[in-house]
Amino acid sequence: MKSTGIVTGIISNLVTVEVNGHVAQNEICYIDLGGTKLMAEVIKISGKNAFVQVYESTRGLKQGDKVEFAGHMLEATLGPGLLSSSFDGLQNNLETMEDIFLKRGEYTKPLDHDKQWHFTPSAKPGDKVFAADWLGEVMEGWLPHKIMVPFSFDGKFTIKSIAPEGDYRIDDTIAVLTDSEGEEHKVTMVQKWPVKVAISGDIEKPRPYRVMETGVRCMDTLNPIAEGGTGFIPGPFGCGKTVLQHAIARQGDAEVIVMAACGERANEVVEIFTDFPKLIDPHTGRKLMERTTIVCNTSNMPVAAREASVYTAMTICEYYRAMGMKVLLLADSTSRWAQALREMSNRMEELPGADAFPVDITAIISNFYARAGIVHLRNGETGSVTFIGTVSPAGGNLKEPVTEATKKAARCFYALSQARADMKRYPAVDPIDSYSKYLEYPEVIGFLSERVGKDWVEKVNRTKNIIRRGKEVADQINILGDDGVPMSYHELYWKSELIDFAILQQDAFDPIDSLTSMERQEYMLTLLLDVCDTHIEFENFEECGNFYKELINILRQMNYSEFKSEQFNRYLEQLNNKLKK
Amino acid sequence: MTTKAFQRIYTQLEAITKATVSLRAAGVANDELAIVDGRLAQVVKIKDDLITLQIFEGTEGIPTNAEVLFFGEPPALNVSDDLAGRFFNAYGQPIDDGPAIEGERRYIGGPSVNPFRRKQPSQLIPTGIAGIDLNNTLVSGQKIPFFADPDQPYNQVMAQVALRADVDKIILGGMGLSNDDYLYFRQVFENAGALNKIISFVNTTEQPPVERLLIPDMALAAAEYFAVDKNEKVLVLLTDMTLYADALCIVSNRMDQIPSKDSMPGSLYSDLAKIYEKAVQLPDGGSITIIAVTTLNDGDITHAIPDNTGYITEGQLFLRMDTDTGKVIIDPFRSLSRLKQLVIGKQTREDHNQVMNTAVRLYADASNAKTKLENGFDLSDYDLRCLDYAKEYSTRLLAIDVNISIDEMLDTAWELFGKYFSKAETGIREALVEKYWKE
Repeated sequence: MKSTGIVTGIISNLVTVEVNGHVAQNEICYIDLGGTKLMAEVIKISGKNAFVQVYESTRGLKQGDKVEFAGHMLEATLGPGLLSSSFDGLQNNLETMEDIFLKRGEYTKPLDHDKQWHFTPSAKPGDKVFAADWLGEVMEGWLPHKIMVPFSFDGKFTIKSIAPEGDYRIDDTIAVLTDSEGEEHKVTMVQKWPVKVAISGDIEKPRPYRVMETGVRCMDTLNPIAEGGTGFIPGPFGCGKTVLQHAIARQGDAEVIVMAACGERANEVVEIFTDFPKLIDPHTGRKLMERTTIVCNTSNMPVAAREASVYTAMTICEYYRAMGMKVLLLADSTSRWAQALREMSNRMEELPGADAFPVDITAIISNFYARAGIVHLRNGETGSVTFIGTVSPAGGNLKEPVTEATKKAARCFYALSQARADMKRYPAVDPIDSYSKYLEYPEVIGFLSERVGKDWVEKVNRTKNIIRRGKEVADQINILGDDGVPMSYHELYWKSELIDFAILQQDAFDPIDSLTSMERQEYMLTLLLDVCDTHIEFENFEECGNFYKELINILRQMNYSEFKSEQFNRYLEQLNNKLKK
Repeated sequence: MTTKAFQRIYTQLEAITKATVSLRAAGVANDELAIVDGRLAQVVKIKDDLITLQIFEGTEGIPTNAEVLFFGEPPALNVSDDLAGRFFNAYGQPIDDGPAIEGERRYIGGPSVNPFRRKQPSQLIPTGIAGIDLNNTLVSGQKIPFFADPDQPYNQVMAQVALRADVDKIILGGMGLSNDDYLYFRQVFENAGALNKIISFVNTTEQPPVERLLIPDMALAAAEYFAVDKNEKVLVLLTDMTLYADALCIVSNRMDQIPSKDSMPGSLYSDLAKIYEKAVQLPDGGSITIIAVTTLNDGDITHAIPDNTGYITEGQLFLRMDTDTGKVIIDPFRSLSRLKQLVIGKQTREDHNQVMNTAVRLYADASNAKTKLENGFDLSDYDLRCLDYAKEYSTRLLAIDVNISIDEMLDTAWELFGKYFSKAETGIREALVEKYWKE
């Protein structure tokens, strides 16, 4: 028997329900508003009263309205058809909603239940299997979508029967498993999983040891993110967080990308809807949309569903990871999710922490980041979820609770700087404040010297030092004046500008400059370090500045040219001629 | 608003605060409107049969035996083509001596557009102001505020932009508008002969502040009628959103909510987003573009109101007095139009992007030179050229009194590059330099 209840109190989207029966924390319930069912989640229980956050507007709700509890937590539906779909935070399929406006209480099925999928079994009767083991696969576009033993199955099972190769709908039984007690369980191609619980089923979660390439130089060259790693991008508005994240989404070296638009602008999602079906994935030549799933709960959509949206997205990622896929999750922005938590905590009159955020915000964020990672599956395959989140710090001040909490959880930090954005030096990632902890991992250092070049990390560290020295002498020049410092200071300053203009700055809207291959990054960095190693005598600081400005101009033209094309080589020759003089 | 038959009247208030009253009543719905002692009120909290109502005008003089009458519906606006050319108050009642509007009754603050059904904004809105068209191009379906100190002529600039923009309807939502500014808008619209495409919802400083909370939703309900039902291009002007947020702050404070940054309610982001996100490009050609004003305290954009606004809107136009030229300019560093990339170089000339970036970068070099000058250092030849360039750039392109076409803006910029700099110093792609460079 499922519990029922009646509404006794309403403050905005926090509703108190007097429950008749048992109820669980985080259980889903539906409030009946004149025939429209409003979905809600239990967030606190006190005696007979359950406090529920409603995922919709509560306009028109009355005391005494009936409530039905569902008996389960918020679940994601997992099966073939997730890829290339667009969902809201509760996994309603946005494409199958007919109306222009989102109607309250209108819930659509995440997957198409009538579509036929061509199933090929890979396991056979008699096989011993555990949760998440592969039984067979269907082709989801280009992706071999594994049909797995449901994650919720506990213990060892024996396959009693498995469907022969053929076309099936997702609800058709494709296997029957027997548990240790001899009881039979039917398996279909679709399964459900509570989004707030991490999907296990992997046997080993090693330290990340490979680098995920993004084609963005200030990341790949200076502070690379590892496959299965975590990173975050905090920045004031207008510093290019979203442009940077979209660049990563377009170019990131992943097989499946899930974009969670959480509490941000709807037009940014529209950009993905418009561009991704047209743009080409540089790694496979397929359309970008073929590897992308969108979970969006934009800022004007119900606040409570924001929290759900990031968990739903993460669950979908974990599902594909269990198929041995390389998955990238991009969430924009985790601050909005934290704000949603703050609104609810406030309405429940909990004692507030810093800036009125709930006190457990750090724990919630760490738990979420911990769900990323590279895993070795039971069958020896490897899958990964790499997570990059953005943070929108209030007033651009990085000393605020969400940024600080995230800094404790994420291993890569890409700080966007207002000063760089004001100078239009994009991407405005601050080269001095930002870091990647993965550059300290011996596994990653080893990987990079094999993948990119011997002593690569050493080169990267030298580059960082040139930038740091450049910053120091720039400060000195500002204090003492151009004439007040030795010539060598000007040289140091201009060498760091050279790195800034040719490596750090990148035109995200230029078809060639926006995507830089690792080969090209290695080539350019080596070239630049050679230039920096060349000592040149100058008469005065103006001559020095003019000389390096000309070099910068040539290097920028090189960045705009196809790698090693005739044009590129011409500029290279110009550069060499300049240096010889 | 007429009384309907069989409505129950309550006459026993249990509690009265500065902004709210509470009473026991049955069958009352959340968000529903009511009349308390002749004043409009809205249900904000229900606890068993204890109903808390927020009184828009304030509770001064309300007795415990005041008459309370529930309407059975949330705030609504009658929509029809007759709205055009009319002036209304925050409740959607005419204030221009004209007849009441007959039409379909629509609840304000309605649901959001399915993001999947939206179209990408793509139509450039030219204004003639180079600080906008050249550096921060506006696109239909965009939402963008002016960030301005209270002493800057933001309402004048906004009226100018509105009248030059090619749109079917202009809807003004005035919150805490001074009576002078209200009359100014009225006069400018009348003089331009554009009154028949303008609809105004106005709350002046003489009226209670909490009433302002209804203005944006009223204006946007009207906008949605014309954009969704009539497929028209609608421009919504909201001024001043800082006063709107102040009203939110008053309400949350009186309801004992824990304040977050700058004593603003924790839900400020969602409250503002609900308004700004109504800006949309619809599939059938209609669109809602929102231009708002957020007044700043001494240029401080880290305050919670401009800060949250900046995260929601698609850029901001920052007004600043340029002391070198004595002109009010659109600050190229702090201003941004996030949607400009959708039209730049597509609906404008191919050199637009590079010219815009180069011009701003050289202006930044000028501001470095200025810092050096102020610190008493010698300036290089390049610094001096930058400073001269900056003056001319500011007067001929950034100032808000400029009114030229986008091609003219680009030509002016090339002229300035040629006058003050060498080709290499601009760093512009060679193909473009060859085509457009002016000696």
